Order: sequence, then C-alpha cells, then structure tokens
Amino acid sequence: MNRAPLIFLSIFFALALSWTGIVLVNQISYGSLQPVYDENDGKAYPLQTPGLAARGKLVYQDLGCISCHSQQVRRLGYGSDIARGWGERQSVAHDYIREDRVLLGTMRTGPDLRNIGARQADHTWHYLHLYDPQITSAGSNMPPHRFLFETRKVIGQPSPKAIQDKLPEKYRPKAGYEIVPTERGESLVEYLLSLKDTYAYPETKNVYVEPAPEAGKEGEKK
Amino acid sequence: MASLRNLAASLNPATSTDDVNRAESREIDASTKWPAIFLLGSAVVWLLIGTVFALISSFKMHSPEFLGDYEWLTFGRMRAAHLNAVVYGWSVNASFAVAFWLMARLSRSVLRHSGLLIVAAAFWNIGVTLGIGGILAGDSTSIEWLEMPLYATPLLFLAYALVGAWAVITFRFGKSQHIYVSQWYILAALFWFPWLYSVAEIMILLTPARGTVQALVNWWFAHNLIGLWFTSIGLGAIYYFLPKVLGKPIHSYYLAALGFWSLAIFYNWTGVSHLIGGPVPVWVQSAGIVASFMMIIPVFVTAINHHMTMLGNFDALKNSPTLRFIVFGAVAYTLTSLQGSLMAVRSWSEVTHFTHYTVAHAHWGMYAFFTMTMFGSIYYIMPRILLQEWPSAKLISLHFWATAFGVTLYVADLSIGGIIQGLLLNTPVLAHKFGLQEGTDPVPFLDTVKAALPYLKWRSYAGILITVGHVAFAINFVWMIVRSVEVTKTKLTLFCTPTDTEVAAR
Repeated sequence: MNRAPLIFLSIFFALALSWTGIVLVNQISYGSLQPVYDENDGKAYPLQTPGLAARGKLVYQDLGCISCHSQQVRRLGYGSDIARGWGERQSVAHDYIREDRVLLGTMRTGPDLRNIGARQADHTWHYLHLYDPQITSAGSNMPPHRFLFETRKVIGQPSPKAIQDKLPEKYRPKAGYEIVPTERGESLVEYLLSLKDTYAYPETKNVYVEPAPEAGKEGEKK
Repeated sequence: MASLRNLAASLNPATSTDDVNRAESREIDASTKWPAIFLLGSAVVWLLIGTVFALISSFKMHSPEFLGDYEWLTFGRMRAAHLNAVVYGWSVNASFAVAFWLMARLSRSVLRHSGLLIVAAAFWNIGVTLGIGGILAGDSTSIEWLEMPLYATPLLFLAYALVGAWAVITFRFGKSQHIYVSQWYILAALFWFPWLYSVAEIMILLTPARGTVQALVNWWFAHNLIGLWFTSIGLGAIYYFLPKVLGKPIHSYYLAALGFWSLAIFYNWTGVSHLIGGPVPVWVQSAGIVASFMMIIPVFVTAINHHMTMLGNFDALKNSPTLRFIVFGAVAYTLTSLQGSLMAVRSWSEVTHFTHYTVAHAHWGMYAFFTMTMFGSIYYIMPRILLQEWPSAKLISLHFWATAFGVTLYVADLSIGGIIQGLLLNTPVLAHKFGLQEGTDPVPFLDTVKAALPYLKWRSYAGILITVGHVAFAINFVWMIVRSVEVTKTKLTLFCTPTDTEVAAR
C-alpha cells in the first residue's frame, strides 16, 4: 500500500494550521491597523520617523544592535521594565505600525531602547557613550564604536560637532586635531533620540493599575 | 506463515539476500559519493569559519576592546555572521548530505544525475558566502535567523529547489515498499522548509507586514526552522543510525509514528513563546505556551523509543563513534526540549527571557542535539562512500570528548549565568529572596551586566574546548579524503575492539 499521498496531506495540514493561526489570522485581525489622528495635536500617531533618524535606523540594523538591545516594554507587574524606567507604559502593537522593519529583539545584554530618546535626550551623552561606553557607563561590555567618528586635522574653523573637548583626558587627540562623528554616527544618534513611545493610545489608557500591595506580585493575570 | 515466506524468498532469485542487499547499498552509496563529499566538505569549512566568528563574539562579550576598532568585526556583525555560518553553512550543508544519503539508502534508489546536485550545493554555498559577506559589509537585515541580505536569497531558493526536487525524485524512483520513519521526517522537512522560508522572506523583507505581525512571522519561521527542519533531519538520522549500528530494529514503530505526528502538530506553534510579554495578541502567546507544553508528548515518546532500542546495548557506546555521538544527541534532544517547554511557562519566561539562558538553550538544541547527531552521521557515512576507514580513532575520541565536555560546560555555565542575570534584571523581588541583591527594587542595570561577566568568560573557555574538537574533526576529515586517493582498504574504526556485542557497522 502506498501511503505517501496520505502522509503528504497530513504534513501539509500540520503546518497549514499554525500558518493560519499565527500568521494569517493575525495579519487579518491587526495587520492593517491605522495611525490614530489626535485632534488636539493635529498629528497622526505614531509619528513618522524623520529622515536622518530613518537613515540612522539602517545603521542600527547593519551594526546588529538588536543582538543586545530589545525594543519592547513589558507591562507593569511582568518583568521590571517599567520599574527600571524603560517606558511609562507597555508597548502596544500600535507603536510599531509605521516601521518597515520591526526590531523587537530578544536579548537584553544591554538595556531596552524603546524609549531611550525620552530618558536620555542629550546628544553629547550618546556621542561619548558610542565613542567608548566606559566613559559614561563604566563596566559595560558594550563594544566601542570609534569607527563612527573620525579624527581629523582642524582646517579653518573647528567643527561645531567636534566632541574632543568633552572626552576625558586620555581620549583627546593631539592639538590641532578634532574628533567628529561621521554621517553614520550622527544619524544613529538621531535615530536613538527619536525612540520614544510617549503617546497614550486609547488601548493604553486605564490598563496599568498599581497592583494592590496585599495581592503581591501578579503572575499570570493579564 | 513466516516459514512460507522464507520458502518463497529462497525460491525467488530477485528477492534480496544479504549479499544482494550489500551490493545494492554499495552501489547506492557510490552514487551519492561526490555530492556528499562536496556538501560535507563545505559543511566542515563553514563549521570552522563559524567557530572563529563564535570565538571572536564570545571574547568581545567580556573584553569589549578586543578588535574594537574594526567596524566589520563589531560584535553585532560577528554574532550574526556566526549564526548564519553555523546554521546555513554548517548545519544546512550537513543536513542536505545526511538527508540525501539516508533517502537514497532507505528508498533503495540510486542517485540519478548527481552532477546537478553538486551544482545545487555550489549555488547554496555561493548564496551563503554572499549573505555572510553582506552581513560583514553592513547589509544585515537585523531579522533574527534571517540576517542574510535579500540579494543572497534567490541563489538559496534555486539551490533548495534543486535539492528538494532531487530528494523527491529519489524517493519516487525507490524500490522500497514501505516508508520508514526517517523518510517521513526528511520528506516533511523538505516540504516544510520552503514554505517557512518563503513566507518569512515575503512578509518581512519583500512586502513587510505591518507592525508586530512581522515579529510573529519572524518567530514562526525561526523556531520552525529549528523544529521542523533541523529537528526533523536530526531525528531522522537518529532513527536510522541507532538501530543500524546496533543491528536491531527500532523498539516500536507505533511510538515512532506517534512521536512524528505529535511533533508535526505541536512544534509549529511554539515559536510565539519568544514573544511572551511582547506587543502581540495575548491569545497567540497563550497558544504558543500550550503547544510548547504539549511538546512533552513527542519528546517523551521519542525518548522512550530510543531508550528502549538502546536498552541492553549500552556497551556498544564504548566501541562505535557513530553511536556515541548519536546517543549524546538523542539525550540532548530530550533534555533541551523539556527545557524549551519549561521556558514557555510565563513565570519562568519572566525570569529567563532576554537573558543568556536563551543562548544556552539554543546551543543545547542546535549543538548538543543537532550538531552532535550530524557528527555521528558523518562518521558513519564517510567510510561507506570512500570505502575506507577513518585515519585516526584518537582524533575521533578527542573530537567527542572535547565537544561533549565543551558543550556541556557551555550550557551549564550560561544557564546559571542567565538565571542570575534574569533574576537581577527582571524579578528583583525573587532575586532578593535568593539573596542576590539587598533590597527589592531593581538593581542598576550595569550590575546585571557585571553579574553575568564571569559566566561569559567561562563560556569562552568552553568555546575554546569545542574549537579543539572541531579542529580534530577537520584534520581527520581532510586526512581521510587526501588518503582515500592512495589507500584502498583499512580496518574498522572503533575506539576499542568489541567483545561480545555485535556491532553491525557494515
């Protein structure tokens, strides 16, 4: 007896089931979420990523930042994302709908970056941190990104973007030289600064109720 | 009834006797020779390249200044390059070769037009080279398990189409009347992979789905690549080599079928467990968790079946290199799968998600189970296609102990490190309860980094040990091929001479 067709059909349906359940059903149910237009602000949220930041996202992608940094905030009571100040609220599907490439990430060797633009809005901090993470975060195991900067001779006016004066002594170049971020470095910092999910969508309102003290830690409930 | 059949067999000249069987499988093995050597040779090269990438990434994790000035060697690119080199380079090449060889033997079908297969293998390897070169040059997509840029994809698809078509043809031309469980696994894997891969490429890269639907597609693909492709090929190999080396049938065909179908039904839902707590619908997460837990059924069924087959034959582990690797792989499969089920539980995931624990789990599955199984298979296949034995049993022994000890150290070390990291990172109350921190407020983030550092260093030591094993393997492999040009016949490769156990290695 040749059971090959039967086996093949079953193999087909086994995967068809999860393909339908995980991919198709979700694509239909929320794969066409629209931005929310806020009449008070006159803007549609989430906001479009500005041009330079959008290029910076490509830098973020090609350097593989996702290997160590996630971009998702879990709800209050599950993990300590919110207690760490990584966001005011949990991330929701709406936050990502303008993104061509969604970089949720699965690793937190480094902190979550979903709202890094809101909690660290200082350009200089980011430049120093990228130049050598030890400057701002001693003991970090993040690699230095000195290749996003160039050391060059000052010709005429020094560049307003130069960072060498803010670097600690041992990093400074010879007199007459300056350290400036490359275009890639600049756009990456712009991207990081653009990361903030601060808008409250209808579905994010009234969902984070402080757990009652006597109830202890909420486990499975959603 | 049985004697009647024997009588019929003795009268019918076409019925296979042992000699006919042996001559037939020799002919089949010979037909797979060049594609198998090409695929396995590429696999070994990628294994070494992937190991170098792995060591560099591992060193960088605790010594960030190491090679810190080169953009193309930065951690994010090294890690992606490592993953793609060992997954698409080593693992897929090895699984193609093993799948093929098993398919030809089990279908009792000579491989036709093997030249085209070599062309397919060449396309695959050019595609992977292009992809990994792209990652190093800065074209990574940053989609986990799909980092290779889009321009590598057409070559990979073309190669895969040829390989898949060949396997099906081999199967269709086969003389074998019934379909052995290894063939189910291989046929299913061959069918599932292109579906997974094309949906992922289309919905994430070509016409990106909106928002976090991408994340669902990503993990549906990535976890199924492991579960439906690598696990299927690995289990297919175990189901063949275990009984083959022992010279006895598998314990229960019924259990084998049950294991296969429950795996086929449950495994493909488990990927969502990588998104627990994330911005995707909670019901899908729950479905993923349930499926992960249901995986206990196929895992136990398969484990029981393998164990019962081994029962009474554990002595053979002393002799047969193939058996030693395969059994190590089978045990690792059981353990890593049970760990996977546990990791999908919400309260456990809360601790271990986003930590090195996940990395340990991945290596337990892809290395301790799959890669070790492939090593065992290669140790069996190579002598059959080259018609000569391995040059050095000592190198095989070194290979086994270095990798077995190395990966065990790796997994144990990173699991513990990951749990500590996770407790400090995610559940300060629990961490406080276990005495890891003073208060119940989250500790500063950098403290979680520092707590993990010693474990990351030990991971590098484990990595060095594994590298030693790989080098031993590669030397033996190259030596064997070089020598095959001169030598014709040597004696059986065994760690020591078997005593009363019958090792039906031939």
